[in-house]
Amino acid sequence: MAVVSLEGAVVTSGGYPLLAGVDLVVEAETLTVATGPNGAGKTSLLRLLGGLVGLSAGRASVCGVDLAGGDRRALRRRVGWLGHEGSFYDELSVRENLVFAARALGRPTSSIDAALERVGLASRSDTAARRLSAGQRRRLGLAWLLVRRAELWLLDEPYASLDDEGRDFLDALLADVVAAGATVLVSAHDPLRSARLAPRTLAMAGGRVVADRPGGSR
Amino acid sequence: MIATALLVAGKDLRIEARSRVLLWQVLPFGVVALVLAGIALGPTRAGHSDAGPGLFYLVALFVTLLAVNRSIRIEGASGTRSSVATLGLDPAGVFLGKALALALELWAIGAVLLAGSVLLLHAGLAGTLEAAPSVAVTLAALAAAGSLYGALCGREGATTLLPAISFPGFVPLLIAGERAYHSALAGGALWQWWVISLVALAAYVALGVLLYGVLEESW
Amino acid sequence: MVKTVASRLLGPLTLGLLALTFWLGLFVTPPAKVQGNLARLVYVHPAIAWVALYVSFGTATIASALYLWRRTRSGTMDRIAHCAMEVSVVFIALTLITGSIWGRPTWGVWWAWDARLTSTAVLGLFALAYLALRRATDDPEARATRAAVFALVAAVNVPIIHFSVQWWKTLHQGATVFTANRTLLIHGIMAWTLLISFLGFTALFFWLLRARYRLEVVRAEREAVAFAEALELRRREGVA
Repeated sequence: MAVVSLEGAVVTSGGYPLLAGVDLVVEAETLTVATGPNGAGKTSLLRLLGGLVGLSAGRASVCGVDLAGGDRRALRRRVGWLGHEGSFYDELSVRENLVFAARALGRPTSSIDAALERVGLASRSDTAARRLSAGQRRRLGLAWLLVRRAELWLLDEPYASLDDEGRDFLDALLADVVAAGATVLVSAHDPLRSARLAPRTLAMAGGRVVADRPGGSR
Repeated sequence: MIATALLVAGKDLRIEARSRVLLWQVLPFGVVALVLAGIALGPTRAGHSDAGPGLFYLVALFVTLLAVNRSIRIEGASGTRSSVATLGLDPAGVFLGKALALALELWAIGAVLLAGSVLLLHAGLAGTLEAAPSVAVTLAALAAAGSLYGALCGREGATTLLPAISFPGFVPLLIAGERAYHSALAGGALWQWWVISLVALAAYVALGVLLYGVLEESW
Repeated sequence: MVKTVASRLLGPLTLGLLALTFWLGLFVTPPAKVQGNLARLVYVHPAIAWVALYVSFGTATIASALYLWRRTRSGTMDRIAHCAMEVSVVFIALTLITGSIWGRPTWGVWWAWDARLTSTAVLGLFALAYLALRRATDDPEARATRAAVFALVAAVNVPIIHFSVQWWKTLHQGATVFTANRTLLIHGIMAWTLLISFLGFTALFFWLLRARYRLEVVRAEREAVAFAEALELRRREGVA
């Protein structure tokens, strides 16, 4: 079943076309990587799929929500977003950020401890988010997604600045998340070189998908 | 809506309690501004004129601008906004929460500024106490209005655009607030000015509840 | 066809009504008992104020509300709101100027902090703020949405202006045309001249709005062409 279906999708900002007509279908419970140079439209694609920007032209259906006339807020509740900038409140602690997210979604706060364990931040739960390193902030963002239990995960350049250990950790987490039934889209400058994952890889340029390499199996 | 409002207000107040930006930056600015007001009046007129209520509200207006600016910046960079947007919070609740937090902060600062008006500008204590409820309502209306105007200009326009678009809306509140405080000091009737502030508060709350969601989609 | 004929008649109608207003107002109607010829401003100032506060601002507000309502959301509504608000700025400025000209000999000052004048000035600030808000937002949809919301917020100020004469004791004269129980205060040729002035300045508003709207349509068409070129250029990035 297709979680994402785009047909000639155009996204603009200030009159400039960020996406210039994207055609894309993404099946459920898969991992897809969108690659390309800066300005190719990777982030814009993820933001469109997350309901964070509007569709200017074309057709788009994500998680059953028609983006042309639909309620983007309804879509946003079903997706999890991890940007490459800071994604939470710097003055709140790790735990307080997650409690806020859990309460906002009506999720039990009991899931927070498990999420913190999974991402390796249990010992930093009372640390203010602004005191975390870049890698730790990335893990907090992943914990946020785990608490959210979104059906569609959108991660914008999550591998940037990660060391080998960090990359292995992220590979393992994404494999588990897909196996648990979520659909994951990730953006990166280059195709993933992973021993664990063999995702479908889209090459983007000029605001469109210019090449599509199907995923393999590991 | 109410649960979301309390969640967001709690978050904003918790952030303020941690960072203490209003306490160590905005409140001192307010006090300094009152002192400057007295100096601007000159030694013979400072404390002997009936400009106290107007100067109090003028300073309160500038404090409101700074507080609204802070309320906008709490939401952080676009990454934070994107993450929080995916929580699908009820926008009416978000607006009420931010306005509630802002109102509580303005009340706290307002209490200090009222004390400053009594001390520095020699506003009568009895009249000031009588005016306090009207001050509270007017500051609440400023908080609701400020939250809405803040949402209109967004993070990018918070510094330069916010004063331009919010000042016209603040004017009727300043008139009503100043007249009420002045009437309280002079022993006159306040009810007309109460009506203005209450109607404005109700109007801005209604507008925010109805339209905040539409504004969110434009960010 | 009806639209074209009406459109073509608007200019001559406006000119005719205004010319009639000025002729009647300056040469036919008698001077006032106390204010003398100064009172002839009654054929200009109230009509301009009426257009400023109700017609132009009202048009901008209604168009903004229609823009925010999904069923009627369109670029047309946004353009009407924008153009009406620009014309509103002009009429509000004229209201304050003619009011000052009238006020100077009457009150002894060019400006008085009376409720009606202050509220009108505040409305002018709202209109300017609306234009500032539009300029500060790049994205057309975001700009239209924020401006529409702001116009509705500003409209809250209009009833305050309307009731200010009753609410506050003020220097401004009370109701000019009707008393509180709707008895007409002004009679004969003066009443007719006043009515014609209202019609004339209202027609002037619509004439200015139409002219400004046409400019906006041309600008929007140019933007659409520029966007199509930008889209083609963007797509070529992918091919290269």
